[in-house]
Amino acid sequence: MTKIDFMQGNTACAEGALAAGCRFFGGYPITPSTEVAEHMAAKLPKLGGVFIQMEDEIAGIAAVIGASWTGVRAMTATSGPGFSLMMENLGFAVMTETPCVVVNIQRGGPSTGQPTMSAQGDMLQCRFGSHGDYSIIALSPASVQEMYELTVKAFNLADRFRIPVFLMADEIIGHMRERIEIPDTIPAGERKLLEKDTLPYHAGKDLVPGFPQFGKGYGVHVTGLTHDERGYPCTTSPSVHEELVKRLVAKVESARHEIADFRVTNPGAEIIFITYGSPARTVEQLIHDHPDANIGHLRLRMVWPFCENALGEFPDARVFLVPEQNLGQIAREIERHTSVPVVPLPKLGGALHTPAELKAAMEAWR
Amino acid sequence: MRHEVRFSGFGGQGIILSAVILGRAAVMYDGNYAVQTQVYGPEARGGASMSAVIIDDQPILYPKVTNPDIFVIMSQEGFEKYGVQAGEHAVMILDSSLVQSRPQCRCTEIPATREAKQTLGRDIVANIIMLGALVRTTGVVGEVAIEKAILDSVPKGTENLNLKAMKLGFELAEKENVT
Repeated sequence: MTKIDFMQGNTACAEGALAAGCRFFGGYPITPSTEVAEHMAAKLPKLGGVFIQMEDEIAGIAAVIGASWTGVRAMTATSGPGFSLMMENLGFAVMTETPCVVVNIQRGGPSTGQPTMSAQGDMLQCRFGSHGDYSIIALSPASVQEMYELTVKAFNLADRFRIPVFLMADEIIGHMRERIEIPDTIPAGERKLLEKDTLPYHAGKDLVPGFPQFGKGYGVHVTGLTHDERGYPCTTSPSVHEELVKRLVAKVESARHEIADFRVTNPGAEIIFITYGSPARTVEQLIHDHPDANIGHLRLRMVWPFCENALGEFPDARVFLVPEQNLGQIAREIERHTSVPVVPLPKLGGALHTPAELKAAMEAWR
Repeated sequence: MRHEVRFSGFGGQGIILSAVILGRAAVMYDGNYAVQTQVYGPEARGGASMSAVIIDDQPILYPKVTNPDIFVIMSQEGFEKYGVQAGEHAVMILDSSLVQSRPQCRCTEIPATREAKQTLGRDIVANIIMLGALVRTTGVVGEVAIEKAILDSVPKGTENLNLKAMKLGFELAEKENVT
């Protein structure tokens, strides 16, 4: 039996995390993500978990990384300025192949910007914000229901690929309350442990090494320095570095079509909107209000890695219109993968695109 | 049966909580759909506060209020910022102890803050008086539903005070709408 509730997006995220077995939250509260931390602080101790408010976001993500190495599912939640502070340690999580979930309820930036207003300005930062080459997964919910479901999914993907997985929500989805059906079972996933007599950073076909969990008898060195399969620093060998970084990227990118997560509406349409997060709701309204207009919609629930095959779902596409609460961050990525014209429909300041605005944008291509 | 309800006042009055309770009543106890959103500044108290609820028997796609048909106004600034947009077919419930202006549309005047202080001894429940008046005036959610949603949402130990406030809202609206 599913349970009906009327819940805020941030609370649904925390509930999804708890259902997924998350038992550690480390972080520093920041608007508009604070309710995630509040809910975890209230609930985790009762479940035998740990909530710790650190001195800042740098320490927050560091605590999450440490907790994850003990085998526990661990997360943090933040927004713009806190997200920027986390960037170096997120690279450390990538390099040490530490599963964790990072929730970013995006607000207007740069800097402290608009604390209480919605934005999607960190979509490239979550992909490229730490130094060096790497790959991560970013999910983007468009409803309170998806705040729950995609948080669960984020934990499963983080464990499978041993990477930070980002839940890139926006303030509108994080703060709105709506009807949610809480399922009584959720998709399960768990971390593959390191097999006996295997080097700790030796990966098989799936390119993901088994996890040598602290306290389970493994002797393992964990370092952000370039390391060999034993886990020991090996910083001057071009081939060791190249092999390691290429594997870190390939383990995610080579799986991108298998893990792709998107929704297609009206695949025969010529004018296609591509959305993620709250602008999806505007497009859904537009399609509902104009059932005969044959408006196509590609809604990305997973934004990174970008799955270019999704564009092929619309063989008759004449134009891709991309409404985003930024100046065209994902529109630029889409442009790399298609010869169909891509038109960014940027909106800054915190307000959601209105159906009338998107209708006008669409009419220009009729 | 889509309704769009806009609440406005100043931070600290419980403008957002009122909207949360209304949305909860619609979803949990009337079996409808609802989306609640808000606009607020970084200030904890005193700044202008706005929240909104959309109630529908169909799933709600666009989550923001575009053409509210019901207004609940609890400050003069709130009236000037949001209340003035009320079209002639809208219904407005306003706290007549705090709002001097009056709209063009149908208006139910409830001296909620004064009544909360004088009759109930706690001005903090003015928003619940307004909520009661809203439900009695518009029927946007059921009266049993709003009662249950209030009980779900208020701090333990304040249930009776809040139910008294709700019922006072019913009565004040009844009186006002008859005359």
